[in-house]
Amino acid sequence: MPPSEAAPGARRVQLMGTCLCDAFFDDVAAATVEVLEYLGCEVIFPPGQTCCGQPAFNAGDWPASRRVVRHCVDTFAGDCPVVAPSGSCAAMLFHGAQLEFEGEPDRPAVEALGRRTRELGDFIVNGLGTRAWPGRYEARVAFHHSCHTRGTASGAAARSLLGSIEGLTLVEFGEGEQCCGFGGTFSVGFPHISSAMGGLKLSHVRAAAPDELVSGDMSCLMHLGGLAEKGGAPIRTRHLAQVLRDALAGAGPAGIGGAA
Amino acid sequence: MRFQPIDRAAARLGAAERASVRGGAKSGHEKRTSLLFGDFGDPDALRRLAGGIRQHAVENLDSYLPAAEARMEANGVRVHWAPTAADACAAVLGILRARGATRLVKAKTMLSEEIGLGEFLGRHGIESLETDLGEFIVQLDGDHPSHIIKPILHKNRAQIAASFERHGVGPYDEDPEAITRAARRFLRHKYMAADAGLTGANFVVAESGRVVIVTNEGNSRFCLAATRCHIVLVGIEKIVPRDRDLALLLNLLARSATAQQLTVYTEFVSGPKAAAQPDGPEEMHVVFVDNGRTEVLAGDCREILRCIRCGACLNVCPVYRQAGGHAYRSVYPGPIGAVLSPLLLGEGFAGKADLPKASSLCGACHEVCPVDIPIPDLLLRLRARAGREGVPSPGVPPFGAWSILASRPAAWRAALAAGKLLDHLPAGLLPIPALRAWEGTRTLPRWRGGEFRKWLKRRRRRP
Repeated sequence: MPPSEAAPGARRVQLMGTCLCDAFFDDVAAATVEVLEYLGCEVIFPPGQTCCGQPAFNAGDWPASRRVVRHCVDTFAGDCPVVAPSGSCAAMLFHGAQLEFEGEPDRPAVEALGRRTRELGDFIVNGLGTRAWPGRYEARVAFHHSCHTRGTASGAAARSLLGSIEGLTLVEFGEGEQCCGFGGTFSVGFPHISSAMGGLKLSHVRAAAPDELVSGDMSCLMHLGGLAEKGGAPIRTRHLAQVLRDALAGAGPAGIGGAA
Repeated sequence: MRFQPIDRAAARLGAAERASVRGGAKSGHEKRTSLLFGDFGDPDALRRLAGGIRQHAVENLDSYLPAAEARMEANGVRVHWAPTAADACAAVLGILRARGATRLVKAKTMLSEEIGLGEFLGRHGIESLETDLGEFIVQLDGDHPSHIIKPILHKNRAQIAASFERHGVGPYDEDPEAITRAARRFLRHKYMAADAGLTGANFVVAESGRVVIVTNEGNSRFCLAATRCHIVLVGIEKIVPRDRDLALLLNLLARSATAQQLTVYTEFVSGPKAAAQPDGPEEMHVVFVDNGRTEVLAGDCREILRCIRCGACLNVCPVYRQAGGHAYRSVYPGPIGAVLSPLLLGEGFAGKADLPKASSLCGACHEVCPVDIPIPDLLLRLRARAGREGVPSPGVPPFGAWSILASRPAAWRAALAAGKLLDHLPAGLLPIPALRAWEGTRTLPRWRGGEFRKWLKRRRRRP
């Protein structure tokens, strides 16, 4: 069954594009739109959106972070799912913001936003019930679990989607549970440790010889890709949404139109 | 450029030490995981249950501590209360002086490191000897532990063999068995000559007054068997309500700490030697130490008091693996230490406020914690406290102006467009420390601010 049939009617979602995609990775946000629309969603992009507030939250400036989260609450008003192509930004809203709003009078509104915020892969698989992805994508893919998806359904969702794509081979690499070393302000506040962690991750990924390193979070990929490029040996990094979109484009006759 | 202390320490860590720490931590983590998941169908459910028991215990210390005290007194144990580190040191010294004791053998206790007991006793003419092999080596070298259950994780065999030769413990021999034998020969008669033995306690049971001590070397048993006086130094948070709670906690502790189903020695000590018993200490003292714990209990990081000191969070922590234990400048390194040290240690919060920031918040520590402590949340709360108290944080940009920008959509869009300048300037030369820190080891992707919004507009205009 094509996934679009699994999605009931025109499901309306709000896209949280994330500040990183807004600033650097426009194609990831675009791919997210295309993938969600393919699944039959009506994608609303509230133009007033900025950031989820996580940078200030992680840096310990909670008053500044709450200001931005309040802006999110206003911007993403309504009751439809808020979908982000980032486990990190989604977790900021369903977990981090809840911490910093303990004891704040508007916590219920923040809770309500958190409850309807989903990471893209989790939303596709567990929100829309999509079990397999059609099309074709010829690549050996190393999938990096971003840490903000620990304890959530996102990692398994992304792997199951990727694993179902014809032509795509998931390759395993060592110490997969270890962090890439990005960590937001950690990456600039503790650059030696951050870079050493990233270097270790890259060495494991390289040993598995994938064609691409894929993740559901551009922040990890920006760090790992930036390290690899600075080190003179660039690697190809892609977001889950880009792979899903490109698989659709690469679909043969049995892909989009036929049985997935 | 200024870097935070732990980042500088990680940059300076020697290759040999880094290899020891990384290898030891990684194998510790892997063995733990395979044993825990091999033995139990749903270890996460057990971790949550254990966390609930520990949380209940620390939130009801006001009733469990007096209950434990009453049982202990009934069992013939003398109970002492030490509000501060100085009080705890004085209590131990008082017990030793009353017996005219000058030679103390110690089994491993992190708390004695926390309160600086060994050094204090030394200044007062008491010789205290560490008998845990790792702690013994640390003491020989005048070094500090770098891991809470493997104090010499940072050392390799060659370094230990050299140290033994230097200090006359035994001839140079890198064979682990030879190292152990040399230490054993050296320590064995020290036990016999000691006047008192000091141990920590992994748990104290409120309903029975039992003190539980787990070790793998039997050194704590020697400390008890060979001396007339047993002193237990224990934090007030180590209480568990019932003996039966130990079944769960000991199962998780041994697996999490050393990937064992049960430690080699698990001692349940209820009191001094009874009249009919042939041997054992004739006196037993328990010194309950607060040293800041009550304050922690009153604050917003009280979950940290659940900790059963297994070290699993250190082993899995990517920052610990890069920086090693000494970088944390504390008895308690790693994720647990990044929370405990700023809260408990004497120099105050500001001196250790960099530690909670030395984390990518990856959450691996929470995932392995046998008592389900949400360590990343606690690190974040401590970061917020540092923010409230205005503790400076080198390298981390301020966020006040950013938050105003990020709550004004028109200004945000203008900034997205203006960011294009980045592509025309070498970011590493810009007077923005965060950008320079990024550019030191990483390239910055091309600025594409606003491009997605333009794309979306075009797509929506399409018929």
